[in-house]
Amino acid sequence: MTSSPAPIPGLTARDYKSEVKPVWCPGCGDFSVLSAITKALAELKLPPEKVSVISGIGCSSRMPAYMNSYGFHGVHGRAVALATGLKLSRPDLTVLVTGGDGDGFSIGGNHFLHACRRNVDMTYIVMDNQVYGMTKGQPSPTTEPDWDSALSPGGTGLRPFHPLVIALASGANFIARGFSGDPNGTARLIVDAIRTPGFSFVEVLSPCVTFREDQRGWKKIVRPAPVDPTEDIGRAARRLMTDDGFNLGILYTGKRKPYQLRLDAVEEEPAALETQFVV
Amino acid sequence: MESEALERYLDLAEQMEVHHNPEVAELFRKMARVERKHVEKILERVGDKDLPHIPPWEYQWLGEEAAEAISNEDVHYLMTPHHALTLALGAERRAFGFYTRVVETVEPGELLELARELMEEEREHVALIEAWLAKVPEPADDWAEDPDPPLLQE
Amino acid sequence: MTAKDDETPSLSIALTGSGGAGVITAGNMLLEAAAKAGCYGLFARSSGPQIRGGEAAAMVRLAKEPVAAPGDVFDILIAIDWHNIDRFAVELPLSTESLVIADPSQGELPEVIAASGARIAELPLKDLAKTVAKGRPNMIALGVVAGLIGLPDEVADEVMARALKKRGDEALAASRDAFALGVEAAGTMSFDGPDLWTRAATRERWIINGNEAAGLGAVRGGVRFVAAYPITPATDLLEWMALNLQRLGGALVQAEDELASINMIIGASYGGTPALTATSGPGLALMSESLGLAVASEVPVVVVDVMRGGPSTGIPTKSEQSDLNIALFGLHGDAPHLVLAPTSVSDCVFTTQWAVTLAEALQSPAIVLSDQLLGQTRAIVDRPTDIAFVSQRVTADAGAGEVRRYALAGGGVSPMAIPGAPGAQYTADGLEHDERGLPSSRAGDHVTQLDKRAAKLDGFDYGNHWAEIEGDGRRAVVAWGSSTGAVREALARLGSRGHEFRLVSPRLLAPAQPARWTEALEGVERALVVELNHSAQFYRYLKGYCDPPCPVDVYHRPGPLPLRVGELVAEIEKWSRS
Repeated sequence: MTSSPAPIPGLTARDYKSEVKPVWCPGCGDFSVLSAITKALAELKLPPEKVSVISGIGCSSRMPAYMNSYGFHGVHGRAVALATGLKLSRPDLTVLVTGGDGDGFSIGGNHFLHACRRNVDMTYIVMDNQVYGMTKGQPSPTTEPDWDSALSPGGTGLRPFHPLVIALASGANFIARGFSGDPNGTARLIVDAIRTPGFSFVEVLSPCVTFREDQRGWKKIVRPAPVDPTEDIGRAARRLMTDDGFNLGILYTGKRKPYQLRLDAVEEEPAALETQFVV
Repeated sequence: MESEALERYLDLAEQMEVHHNPEVAELFRKMARVERKHVEKILERVGDKDLPHIPPWEYQWLGEEAAEAISNEDVHYLMTPHHALTLALGAERRAFGFYTRVVETVEPGELLELARELMEEEREHVALIEAWLAKVPEPADDWAEDPDPPLLQE
Repeated sequence: MTAKDDETPSLSIALTGSGGAGVITAGNMLLEAAAKAGCYGLFARSSGPQIRGGEAAAMVRLAKEPVAAPGDVFDILIAIDWHNIDRFAVELPLSTESLVIADPSQGELPEVIAASGARIAELPLKDLAKTVAKGRPNMIALGVVAGLIGLPDEVADEVMARALKKRGDEALAASRDAFALGVEAAGTMSFDGPDLWTRAATRERWIINGNEAAGLGAVRGGVRFVAAYPITPATDLLEWMALNLQRLGGALVQAEDELASINMIIGASYGGTPALTATSGPGLALMSESLGLAVASEVPVVVVDVMRGGPSTGIPTKSEQSDLNIALFGLHGDAPHLVLAPTSVSDCVFTTQWAVTLAEALQSPAIVLSDQLLGQTRAIVDRPTDIAFVSQRVTADAGAGEVRRYALAGGGVSPMAIPGAPGAQYTADGLEHDERGLPSSRAGDHVTQLDKRAAKLDGFDYGNHWAEIEGDGRRAVVAWGSSTGAVREALARLGSRGHEFRLVSPRLLAPAQPARWTEALEGVERALVVELNHSAQFYRYLKGYCDPPCPVDVYHRPGPLPLRVGELVAEIEKWSRS
């Protein structure tokens, strides 16, 4: 959580939405995530101009334009790096990163790893629909191995990526899973994520109504995690390694100090650097 | 609950407009206008009183069925008025059920009066929508068919 | 050896050795001592691929006036041993007037050295060193050189004292004694060099390399955030910044790769902090996509490319000017941006500072093409002038009404809101957009924004900084980047023989500016481009994009060897007769 600006009375979720009408397919889980994010920000009473939403490429990466905060719709896979540069140089802002499973775990995989490691104070919300939606339905790193598609007929045969395990192993300080079918519950997770200092990772299962109709069944499978969130990294590791991907809630919350730069008051002017060169 | 439903109907109307389904868009806008009346009525009753702030995840529904609002996930860009009304009906029934439970559990007083009024209004809404639903045609078998495949956008 | 009349009086000295001989340290001390005695000069090094203990050569040139190119031949070569000398023998050209000092215990003189016809003096460096407690051959060698060139006594002592302070009195005494032995030995050799010591220096001088100079220029220009991934030969620029940014309240973050560095600096710049990174060819290639993002979203950033031998992994420790093409054309789409090239070690300060200022004013990425030769050559230079630039980023204040981040007015530069400013929120986007910044695929919007992004660069008045134009003559030589130094000296030599040439050395390579080239080459019958790459990249760019008003030829060859003045004098003379 950043050093809070003065809270604004009376902000509602709608105040965080822009005039731009989303182009997501009706039925897309991302609408609920937008609702959850805006509700969370309203709860926290953050002035919209002090919030920055950074994204990459993909359906869920369209999020910044639909919000009334400062946004940056960057290139594929690099949102977390953009956000890191912004937050490190502007610690006063609340920085959110939004994107999908392809953007975050495929091309963005390396940056994801290092962001968890670096533990800069920001919140990364990944709308996981286990498919590349924007490019018409290819398997993503979280897609099950036998899912048939034109680009990988018969399925990839590859073991899916487990982002929560990777996040834990790499050092993320807050790990949670939400479901778009429960926007209020997801909003709560996002509030907690923003409040928790360090790198907060929230995976939100968000069905793709166009390419993964089978995901309509998710609402019957998801359940609140049967155990309380833990601070014990070993316990969290055991749970996450055997997690079936549908346990909702905060799964790990740690105590790592966030990485910050020492951007103190300026001590010297550039002219002071010159003496080191003088003959 | 009412303002959530209002917001939801407005959002859904917008989605239908963006996806060129004007009939359903207009239907959702009508529903939004109905919800707005409820919101205004309640705010009138509240008057100058400060409402306690309850985070959205802490709402309790006195039963299993939650919010009045239609779920985002239940819509489809080709949905027909019949689908929309069926969803709205479900929502209004849940609202009716909620107010009924309030009426059944609350002590006599201002709250009971308000709850009774709203319960009656929801009863009317349910009847309204049932009538409306009876008048619209049922969806054809191929209602979800779109000859064009999905398009690559980025 | 006396200087020829038309040559800048200078001395070129090389020290070679391997396996921890310490020639680099000795070379550095020589440069520093000479600087204290009022000299100008430069110091470059060459080495094998080993991290330590490899073969190395320290190459020093000293002169009474500033020099920016290596000498044609080495006047003195002192070799502690001959291991792997073949690796850089070609970088150590010798003539019959050169003096080679070799240790007879290190075996026979290598063929390539003997073939030069240089005079040989034998000196048992290793044995001599053993006569001093903890004595090292490199200090003996330094003493020999000092004695031969007449280096004033006090300066060497001062430099040794400062360099060895940390190692304690014993080490200092050992070095002093070894040095003294070397000076004594020099007395037995005959060497006739120019007197470099008679004029007291009047101007404040610095010892600095191009990488440090670029760093200083960057912070003078306002950079306070750097994200970086190490790569030869840019790493020491980044290390300098890591240390010195902190003193100014800024910071450097080490990123996981170049894709992260470029995006981090775009993020920081978007947040309002002027930001920079430094890399070399392979890193710049990785950054291309995101540089395009900076162009499209109009976010200023500066990338210093310290060029090395390419393509691909190439020759990491050697210089070349072969990244021009990717700097100019490496972005997909029509993505105009700034490309600059410092013309000397000293100019790295100015040009980098200018690049930061331009990037901020024009909301565009700027690529600064330095190279290994500039970056890692330590030069004694006059104190670079302080230039206070006025340009700044045009920001949007807290707004009322519709936000139009990419509006057309103002010559193409539209005010940029900084996150935190209320009422001015917008989403920066790599997608094409309308004036409000909303994504658009409309033809009109695309043309409008393309025109805007080109016009803001083309329409800007870069003033006279854009190029260094010197001299007159019906013929001109065009050089860019590190080639400028050697060309300048070659033209000076030709000038003192009565052959006049104009020199045009552009600092601003992109946008192309045909009108300025016409102006710069007015009255010129024919121009010769000189550059260090295999495919004559600048020559083709000049002809294709800058519309030169006269016929242009080119003299070019690839690295790893630097251009030499004598080489250029011969080529330019030959060309001028054609």
